[in-house]
Amino acid sequence: MLAYIIRRLLYAIPILIGVNLLTFTLFFVVNSPDDMAASQLGAKYVTPEAIENWKRKNGYDKPLFVNDDASGIASLTDTIFYTKSLKLFAFDFGRSESGRDITSDVSTRMWPSLAVALPSFAIGIWVNICVALMVVMFRGTALDRWAVFVFVSLMSISYLFYIIGGQYLVAKQWMLVPISGFDPDFKPWKFLLLPVLVSVISGVGSGARWYRTLFLEEAGQDYVRTARAKGASEISILFKHILPNAMIPILTGIVVLIPSLFMGSLLIESFFGIPGLGSYMLDAIRSQDFAIVRTMVFIGSILYIIGLILTDISYTWADPRVRLN
Amino acid sequence: MPQNNRDYLTIKSTGTAVIALLGMLASLLTACGGPPWNNPNPQYDDDLITYQSIMSPLPPKHLDPATSYASDESLFIQQIYEPPMDYHFLKRPYELIPLALESFPQLTFLDAEGNEVAEEDESVAFTRYTLRVREDERYQPHPAFALDAAGEPLYLFDSAAEGEKYQQIPDFPETGSRAVHANDFVYAIKRLADPDIASPMLGFMAHYIVGMEEFSEELGKVPRDGWLDLDDYSMAGLQVLDERTFTITIKNRYPQFMYWLAMTFFAPIAPEVDRFYHNPGFAERNLTLDWWPVGAGPFMVVKNDPNSEIVLERNPNFRPDFYPTEGAPGDLEAGLLDDAGKRIPFVDRAVYRLEKEVMPLWTKFLQGFYDRSGESHGNTNRVYDQAFVVGPDGLEMSGELKDHGITMSPDVKPAIYYYGFNMRDPVVGGYTEDKRKLRQALQIAFNTEEYLNIFYNGNGLPANNPVPPGIPGFLEGEAGINPYVYDWVDGEPVRKSLDYARQLLAEAGYPNGRDARTGEPLKIFIDVQSQAISNTQMNWMDRIFDKLGVQVEYRPADWNRTREKLLTGNTQIYSHGWLADYPDPENFLFLLYGPESPLLCNCDGANNSNYASEEFDQAFRKIRLLPPGPERDEQVALAVEQYRRDAVWLFAYNPKDVYLNNSWVHNNKRHGVSKGTLKYTRVDPDLRARKQVEWNQPVTWPLYAGAGVLIALILPGVIAYRRRQKATARAAGES
Repeated sequence: MLAYIIRRLLYAIPILIGVNLLTFTLFFVVNSPDDMAASQLGAKYVTPEAIENWKRKNGYDKPLFVNDDASGIASLTDTIFYTKSLKLFAFDFGRSESGRDITSDVSTRMWPSLAVALPSFAIGIWVNICVALMVVMFRGTALDRWAVFVFVSLMSISYLFYIIGGQYLVAKQWMLVPISGFDPDFKPWKFLLLPVLVSVISGVGSGARWYRTLFLEEAGQDYVRTARAKGASEISILFKHILPNAMIPILTGIVVLIPSLFMGSLLIESFFGIPGLGSYMLDAIRSQDFAIVRTMVFIGSILYIIGLILTDISYTWADPRVRLN
Repeated sequence: MPQNNRDYLTIKSTGTAVIALLGMLASLLTACGGPPWNNPNPQYDDDLITYQSIMSPLPPKHLDPATSYASDESLFIQQIYEPPMDYHFLKRPYELIPLALESFPQLTFLDAEGNEVAEEDESVAFTRYTLRVREDERYQPHPAFALDAAGEPLYLFDSAAEGEKYQQIPDFPETGSRAVHANDFVYAIKRLADPDIASPMLGFMAHYIVGMEEFSEELGKVPRDGWLDLDDYSMAGLQVLDERTFTITIKNRYPQFMYWLAMTFFAPIAPEVDRFYHNPGFAERNLTLDWWPVGAGPFMVVKNDPNSEIVLERNPNFRPDFYPTEGAPGDLEAGLLDDAGKRIPFVDRAVYRLEKEVMPLWTKFLQGFYDRSGESHGNTNRVYDQAFVVGPDGLEMSGELKDHGITMSPDVKPAIYYYGFNMRDPVVGGYTEDKRKLRQALQIAFNTEEYLNIFYNGNGLPANNPVPPGIPGFLEGEAGINPYVYDWVDGEPVRKSLDYARQLLAEAGYPNGRDARTGEPLKIFIDVQSQAISNTQMNWMDRIFDKLGVQVEYRPADWNRTREKLLTGNTQIYSHGWLADYPDPENFLFLLYGPESPLLCNCDGANNSNYASEEFDQAFRKIRLLPPGPERDEQVALAVEQYRRDAVWLFAYNPKDVYLNNSWVHNNKRHGVSKGTLKYTRVDPDLRARKQVEWNQPVTWPLYAGAGVLIALILPGVIAYRRRQKATARAAGES
């Protein structure tokens, strides 16, 4: 397995370079260093000298890919692409356009993201699986049909509606929790209740429906009939037989997401004022802060690749027949 | 059957678990103590009076006075730094007063040889400002001033490892302070010229301050390794006379320079602070002057987490300062002089929490957790929608606001938003009579009043004049209207009729909106910034120009592309705006000054219309040099008349923001130019605490209802499950 993991990690390098190159090219196609300087300097008294100074200070006064003025390897290393993008491979994220250290910001903001994403993820999966199993228990009945109707209805509602509706009812009308905010030192759980609740409820429709489909497929298998014939209870059949056998598609969907939990959620964090990495990314896009955007895309790519590797590994745990070669 | 019993117990225990979970949730919420449970603000254990406020929609990017140039940044740094001058809090028109200085700067006029000459002398080549710093001006406590037993700075490190235990400024156990010196002001101006700092002021100020450009070039050639002591380099236009006196020499006469002295670009920076922040490894932990400012103002930063909140606390070394005893007419009646003569600041702490979305911000304000509805952005349109209702007598405050005793502070900004014609455009540009008539016809058709009512709830004033209200040169009443667009009827301005506009259009060569020579319909092109305009606005403009038979095509682009078009003159009609740096007509009329055309100066000039009128330019040059008075007012009127006659802008308006204040906040007068007004704000924390409890009694029935619904959902399932488990293969009675 170790050889497999090493091989997969080596495959990741060209993928990451490709992602990096693509992000870099796309960003600079729409946004030249001059544009970035003008955006950061504001709309007043932006002289050509000020733009040049800003570019020099922030290292954008070099050519993009090839420096014809330099010789040897320096013609490739003394470029914006090398200094700004390839350095990411050494986890040197540099500074944001406003001068803040990105590594420091990422390590600080990661925790609020996790504080929301982890419970939302764990509780969400637990609730979805339980609801799906309950519905499967009553398959073919009116309850099952109603449940599918409710799932589809829940799926059809915009995520924003859950957020705004939740804020309006729970925080504004009922005044049970703060409408937004986060304070790690001051009862952080009370800021997390509502975003976690909203995340879980908004995911029930699609999640439970998907798991129901998986469980129904398993429920028709011979081993289930055998278990039932041997007198096993429904609860036992669902949790001890159907659930483990449906784990492969479940793991495919969820394990890949686990590392990405660090990245947070753009909407939840923005609306609930959670100072995590999701809102960090959103702010960076708004303010055209390429340094942060490229870092977040890079981290996102790495986490996604790690997620895929973890998924493969989890298959061996869920199904002993699987071998990683 | 043991198996079934186990299942039954499992389900029963699941139901019990749900109830227990809800019970836990209720007790968790109750554990918050008494209401309000929804209080989002951190609770402090001390008795300091705290002002609860907002930074929205984004945190500040820079708090270094050399680089900061945005109003949401001024909100902080103007509380922390004291530049030489300031504005009177209450008086209007805006009035300059000394702040860090003992008195107004003394002006000396010099000829090219450096000899002193009279102000009105034509040989004036330089103006020297002599500034004397207040004796009681002292810096906030800060580790940069901490000294060891030998009198050397305590926190200077040779390597990053030495100082790595200090993650934030409050982590440093020792602090120090000292009086503000004249050299600190000189040092701050030198920082503006340092190309390594990239101050937005460098290009502009280098035109005025003697030797700044050369100084900047010299510094650009110096190899850097850590801190560069700017005291080792001299700038020709700066001189320190003694510990409290210094001079700034500028080229020619530039009376508006006095206003620049009220901006934080000119606030003092202690060299040892600059040196402290250049310690190895500090920048990697965001220990920079950009994030931890050090000033002598009434407040200092004690927490800077731009991700969630910035906290200021009273600077214990702040000099004695007092609430003004005079104000503008009406201030006394409005209670704005109730605190006259009292020592300021009134609050001990100000907490600014990041709010990106309007709904949470507004809800927290109504729940009493924020003292005001905003600071630097009124969010006027959205707030207005929720704050006001149409009653029998027109617009009135909603019941929710009335019950809360909320007060309103309207704020007409010293700013102007406009759509300008490119005067070099072959269709709408030019200075012939027919071109003027064409532009005037379009001006008349563009009903600014309707536009503001529909899209901004009337929050804005149609601008007849590039100079906004509150600034010398702005005239009220009949004298203030644009006679080419309005008539004065029964004491009110009335927009000229569309028939008259059609007539002008016909005289311009476009009868019924068609080119008289080709028969083609007149089509105008408007460059709009995509984020600043909606489809509804474009539809509205289509409709109003259609009344003249004129067609419109929009060319949306982001700001950078729009800027490119303006720099190259590749536009016909463009949208733009200007927020005053200082309250002087010169700061608005320069938007029309010929040499400021980007095509002429080959720079980022402000005259995006490329307007070129010798009459206007002559008047403007005089305005630039004349001191305030009737002669200057006359030149302003001349320039404005020329602008109106040439119909340079399609339409313009002065934006108006509405800020709301909870009843426990006092001294709420908005200052359009200065943001350094926190020291005047007074809050009544006891009233706030009472109101917060009164307005935030939690509604608990949904918790119980939720538990009931869950049980109602689970119970039938349990019953059905049990029935199924007990069912036999054959129905009862079947044999």
